[in-house]
Amino acid sequence: MACFLIPAAEAAVAAVAEKAVEKNEPAEAVEGGEVQRKLTLSRKLHWLTYMLVGGAILLMFEHIWHGEVTPFFPFLTAMNDPADTFDMLREMATTGVGMALLVTGVWAVMCAAADSIMKRSDSDETVEEEA
Amino acid sequence: MTLLITVFAAVITTVIWYRRENDHMRLEPLMFMFWGASIMWLVDAVVEFTEVGAACFKPALEDMINDSFLGLSVVALALVIWVVMLLIRDPKGSVRRALQKTK
Repeated sequence: MACFLIPAAEAAVAAVAEKAVEKNEPAEAVEGGEVQRKLTLSRKLHWLTYMLVGGAILLMFEHIWHGEVTPFFPFLTAMNDPADTFDMLREMATTGVGMALLVTGVWAVMCAAADSIMKRSDSDETVEEEA
Repeated sequence: MTLLITVFAAVITTVIWYRRENDHMRLEPLMFMFWGASIMWLVDAVVEFTEVGAACFKPALEDMINDSFLGLSVVALALVIWVVMLLIRDPKGSVRRALQKTK
């Protein structure tokens, strides 16, 4: 019905956070050149924003396909009937929140894996330099 | 079917991204878009499973065809968004060179 609105709202928050974090990061870490020694938080937030925005856009398309989103006010067909509106809010609170949480969870695992890969490549380089 | 088609698109894009030799094609946004949508539809599928049980694995033929069309349309939309982003960012400078070219 409108479950994509929750990931879309999280995407907006993630995008704002990304810009705020990017401003506070040292210029060297942001620009970084071709090879970055450490993954910056702004880069990781960028991945999360892409996942949430991309997913929300494609889900919105699905809702348009099923006639649940219309180009005229109130844009969501469920808003025309109070009973449907209640179902829509329930779906947003369950499915929508579930989507946002799972995407964020997958992103957190991905960030941990990326950090570990970066550490591994650093230690590999140290061993090569010592040899 | 929509979930399956999107997951296949996500895996194929990830493999192409992994095998890339440079970042000219800017595959990251496309890859994240497909993975984000796949995760979201997975949640949708789990919720449907909790509501209707195993019946969700036996869709009617008409529903399956409609879902397949939707899945392919979703992939097409994601590809269009990616191509537009690629042309606007123009990492290889191809668009710029084409525009600067005299007749």
